[in-house]
This record gives sequence, C-alpha cells and structure tokens, in this order.
Amino acid sequence: MYLADRSAPAGAKGAGGAARRRAAAPTVLALGAVSLVTDVSSEMVAAVLPLYLVAGLGLSPLGFGALDGVYNGVGALVQLAGGHLADRVRSHKLVAGLGYALSAVCKPLLLFAHGLGPVALVLALDRTGKGLRTAPRDALISLAAPAGAQGRAFGVHRAMDTTGALLGPLAAFLVLSAAVGGYDAVFGVSACVAALGVVVLVLFVPSGRAAAVPGAGSAVRPGGAGPRGPGLREAAALLRRPRLRSLAVCAALLGLTTVSDAFLYLLLQDRTGLGERWFPLLPLGTAAVFLLLAVPAGALADRIGRRAVFLAGHALLLAAYGLLLWAPDWQALPLLVLGLHGLFYAATDGVLPAAVAGAVPDGLRATGMALVGTGQALARFGCSLAFGAAWTVWGGGTALAAAAAGLCCCAAFAWRALRPDGRGRRPSAP
Amino acid sequence: MTRSRRLLLLLAAVLLLGGAGTAVVLRAADRAGQTRPGDPVAAPGSVALDGGGRLVFVNGAPGPHLGAVVSVPGGEPRAARTASGLTCRRFHAAGGTGVCLSSAPGALAQDNRAVIVDSGLRPVRSFPLAGTPSRARMSPSGRFAAWTVFVSGESYGSAFFSTRTAIADTRTGALEPDLEKFSITMDGRPYSAADVNFWGVTFSRDDDTFYATLATAGQAHLVRGSISRRSVTALARNVECPSLSPDETRIAYKKRVQRGASLWREHVLDLRTLREQPLAEKRSVDDQALWLDDRTLAYGLPAGDAADTTDLWTVRADGSGEPRLLAPAASSPSRPVS
Repeated sequence: MYLADRSAPAGAKGAGGAARRRAAAPTVLALGAVSLVTDVSSEMVAAVLPLYLVAGLGLSPLGFGALDGVYNGVGALVQLAGGHLADRVRSHKLVAGLGYALSAVCKPLLLFAHGLGPVALVLALDRTGKGLRTAPRDALISLAAPAGAQGRAFGVHRAMDTTGALLGPLAAFLVLSAAVGGYDAVFGVSACVAALGVVVLVLFVPSGRAAAVPGAGSAVRPGGAGPRGPGLREAAALLRRPRLRSLAVCAALLGLTTVSDAFLYLLLQDRTGLGERWFPLLPLGTAAVFLLLAVPAGALADRIGRRAVFLAGHALLLAAYGLLLWAPDWQALPLLVLGLHGLFYAATDGVLPAAVAGAVPDGLRATGMALVGTGQALARFGCSLAFGAAWTVWGGGTALAAAAAGLCCCAAFAWRALRPDGRGRRPSAP
Repeated sequence: MTRSRRLLLLLAAVLLLGGAGTAVVLRAADRAGQTRPGDPVAAPGSVALDGGGRLVFVNGAPGPHLGAVVSVPGGEPRAARTASGLTCRRFHAAGGTGVCLSSAPGALAQDNRAVIVDSGLRPVRSFPLAGTPSRARMSPSGRFAAWTVFVSGESYGSAFFSTRTAIADTRTGALEPDLEKFSITMDGRPYSAADVNFWGVTFSRDDDTFYATLATAGQAHLVRGSISRRSVTALARNVECPSLSPDETRIAYKKRVQRGASLWREHVLDLRTLREQPLAEKRSVDDQALWLDDRTLAYGLPAGDAADTTDLWTVRADGSGEPRLLAPAASSPSRPVS
C-alpha cells in the first residue's frame, strides 16, 4: 500500500486549493492501488508459469502455444459483456469486484490443475475476470475525475498499474529464492495478494452507481432506461454518437497498424543482433518508460488536448518503426526504440479512455469504454495475424514498412476525424 | 463506514493475508530442505558421465538435492541416488559430455543458461538463453549439443509464443543460435514462413545428421537436417519430439491423437518403411523419450501426488508389454554407458 502512495503524483502532497485541484481523486488512487496489488499478483504467476508448465509439468512448446491461444478474443469479448453488465445493473464496483475476485480465486486453483486442459481452463477463467473488470474500472476512474483532469487520472492509474507489473516478477523470485521449487508458494502468495486487492476495492472504492442515461429521450431511444439501467438498445445507440463513433473507428484503425510488442522485440533483436540474454529484458524497458511518463503525458493531454497527445504518441511509434527500418547501426538503437515504444504507451494507453469519457454519458460510461477497448483489442489481434502473414510473404523489414505506411494513413485520418470542432459538436476534450 | 474503521479493516486484512502468505512460503521453504519418508534418498557424491553403466537423471524428490543431476547403478534404478552439485531444469549426456539447461531467479528476469559440462560435470562453456528451458540433447559422440527454449512476452495474456532451437559445437564453442535460419524443404519445394518453430533435436552418430520437430501452420512435421549444409527436409507429419534409436533405424516420437486436443501417444516410426507402431503406454506422454537400448524407451510422466514433478517410466519399443516405473520423482534421463 505504501508503494501506491509513493507513486501518487507530486502534486498530491501539496495542501491548499490549487494543489488539491491538481491531485488525483481518492477513488483514482484507490483504484490505482487495487490495480497495482492485482498486477503484482498476476505478474508473479506470469513470471513463473512458463517454467512451471514447460520444465515442471513437462508441457511441450506446442502445448504451451495452444494454451496461449486460449486468450485470443476471450478478454476482448468478455470486456464488452462486463462493461454493459456494469451499466445495466448500475454498479460498476460490483462487476469490477466480481472480476477481481474471479481472478483471485484462480491463483490457488492452478495448484490443482495438473494437465494442459485444466490449466487452460483456470487461465481462461482468470482472463474472464480481467475482461469483466476492465471497462467498469475505467468507468469508475472517469466518473471520479473532473472533466479537465481525466488524462492525469488515467495516467496515475496506468503508472500504478505498471508499477505492480514490474514488482510482480521480483516478488515471485523472492518467494522462489526463499523456497526452492516452491511454485505452490508463489501461487499461494499470489492468491493472498489478489485477495488484498479485492479488500482494498471493497473498502476504499465508492460504489460508483451509474446515473441513468441523461437525456435518454433525445440521444437514445426512450423506454429502456428504467430502474435496471440501460439495455442493449441504448448501448447500440451509443455508436450513433458521432464523437464516440469517431473515437472507436480511429482506435480500431490505429490498432490495425500497431505491431504487437512481441513482433517489435523480435524485429529489434533481428535488426541489432542483440544478445539472447537481453531479450527477456526488452519488455521491462518499455514498461519503465511507460511507468515514468504516464502521469506527465496524461497531464499534458488535459492541457493541450487529448487528440494532440494521442496522435503524438502514434507519431512516436512511427518514429520507432522508422528507426528499426532505416537507422544506422547505433549502439543506442535498442534504448531509443524502447524509449519511443514506452512513450507511445504513456501518450495513448490512458489518454484514449480519457477521451472516451468525454464522449459518453455517465449512465453508459462502462459500455462506451468497452466498445472502444474491444474494438482496439480485436484490431490489434487482427494486426498480429496480418503482420505474421506479411512477414511470411515479404520478410520482416517490408512488413514493418507496410505497417508504418498504414500507420501514417490512419494517423492522418484520425487527425481529421477527431477534430474538436467536428460534426459532433459535443463538449469534447479541452 | 468511517475512515478509521476502514483503515482498521485494511490492517486486519493485511495482517491476515500477510500471515497466510508467510505461512505458505515458510512451509514450502521447510519442505525444500527436508526429504519426505518414502521418497527416493540422495546423498552427495561424485557423478561421472563416462562408463560405469550408471543411469544419470535429474532428481525430482523434495529435499536438499532437488533438481540435482544424480546417478544410480544401471541395474538398480531404485537404489540410493548419488547427487552432484549441478542443478538443471533439463539435462542430457552422451559421449562423456553433458548439456545442462539451468534457470535461476535473476535481478530483473529469470536467468536462463545452457551449460556444457565435461565428464566430471565441470562447466566447460556457458550460453545465455532467451527463454524458458524446454528440451536438451547431446550427439552420441558428445560433440554437438542442442537445446530448445520457449520464448514468450512478459505477460501470459499476450497470445504470443515462439521457440528457439540452437545447436552448439562443444569443442569449438561455435553456436548456431536459431535453426529457423536453416533452409527448409517441404514436399520437395523450398518453404518459408514466419510461424516456423523448431524443437526437440535428436542427433545421429555421424555428427552431422539430426532430426527435429518443425511446426508451421498448425502442423508438426518430422524433419531430417544437416548441420554442415544448414538445411532441413520434412519427412512426415504429426511427429513431435523425435528420438533416434541407437541403431538409427527407428524414431520414437509423440503423436497427437486427437486434433486440437493436447493428448499425445508415444509411437515408433521405422525410418525405412515409414510405418508407425503405437506403444503399450496408453497415457498421454508429453516428453522427448530416450532409448535406453534398442528395445526400451524411457520417458517422464506427471507424478500423481505433486503438480510439478515427473516419474520416469519405461516401455518396450515394439508395442508389446506394459509400461513399468523406472524411477519415481525423476526426469531427463541419459543412456547408461558401460
């Protein structure tokens, strides 16, 4: 918990009116703490799972690959259901809590799963929990933060989340060095940590009861928004809101040209001849930059506009592609590429939901978050498939050049589509 | 609920869950140092890879020698184990040389390496690995070592998996870091794809020919390769983790018996006729089997009581007989050399 306090922005320490306004809301800090603790728990497992399955249980690589495939789409589709359910029962906290609790229960269950099938089932349940909680959690963050501080609020949350992701493996290694071969201990401690996350959520996150859809008579069809909250029809009508539609379309289009991290790291190693020992550390580089810059990037987005920062993030990603394609053989190339990659995450991962928050009424907030999130996730998955195919036909370099060209076009389209004075004429991001 | 009451509840939860977590770790740490009654016993001693007819494998019994390379008399596999100081996830030895894939917690990430050891298990060379150790094999002469690691992103939700298989010349230290750079021939034509993955190398006596699994487009192929020509040729489908018999006439392998399901049965393929023979083992085998001699195969199966250990079993290579327990709490066997 004290770690959560430490990763709060510097402004949070100040007292008095001006400083207080800049600090993140207590709900955001509480949700950040929940995510931090939960990520410690899940990344503890993630760090030792390959070793446990491949070396301990003796699963072959293909078996593990089949396992990994279980997650394709599961998370994205459950996210849509979770978001809508949260709006429908009008309790974001309840649905998010169920999601966190489901994942927590899965950690000790891993101990009893001896074969590939049971392990796959437990992990699929775990991912279901993650899918369930994502949209209501982002809705809670956005409802707790004032309109002008959405970017900062999401930045604080993402920074705390990533802190947890970086601490998780360290916690796992600590357990393993205290108890040689103690995978059961890693799973047990992970379950305790996850349970603590649920406790923090229950105690410190307000219930976030979503309001009824304002102006349901004009913006969406009347009739459905009774005491049970908005129905499927209202959810579908969300896409008729021009601002949300352009955000969803742009997020999906940009997702289609965002090469997955794994491919990027493989290309980086291919391009620079980076030693084998460095390969497992590449994701840490991205995460470290993301962690350090998520809050400043979010605050900047609140100041100069989310569109500018979001698209600047993609421009930085384009620069990373460019470096991979054309840069000379610099020593610093891996660091530069990882820095740009981390910056891309800092400038986009929290800024997109911050922008979505401004385009969706309170009562449909989680549904709106899920629509954009699912679209982006499915598009990125599609990009992985297409990129793999392009790599096969043309080779890695040409495939990356194609992705870069696509990213250029999509970013240009997004720049026009996301104009604040667009046809939507909705109060949008400042 | 008031703020102080909530903080009190949080404190109680931290103490309770922290206590539970500590108890779990302490229990596991305690168990790591102690042997259990009924488990095979091991005592420190010197393990040699040349001669003596001893069976060498990795000890899976809890206690101070968990994960150590141990040896037992070839004729008495249940006898007390002699434990070396070498700890490996996977180990294989032949021709007086061994390859040990080790994995230890590092500062930031798991520190995985392949260590080549001499006949006294002394490290000769070491290669860093990009991922989780999976398969290890030495060539019969002890000249070449091959290993497969499983490379993944940092998060298990990333829907990404890849293997890397390397071959090292233990005499010169020359390393072929990635078999995917070899030229591939399939159905008589050159083949290339981004989703190619190799694993499970097995070597011939000539120190050039090897067999391995090549997976692409959802199919696992048996390939025969040449180190000097840096090429592989696909021979058959649905063949994983091949293991070449000492007389080099047959390949033992695991075959996926139901498409899409993770259920494998051990088979033996006659290399001349390409006829396959299912073995008497009816359980799903997910291991690279080892020929103890020209008639007997050894392989690991998950142990009944513990989630992360295997027992070693043997079965006849001609499909007759029944599986027999060779050594409990053991993995990564090597053929005894007399």
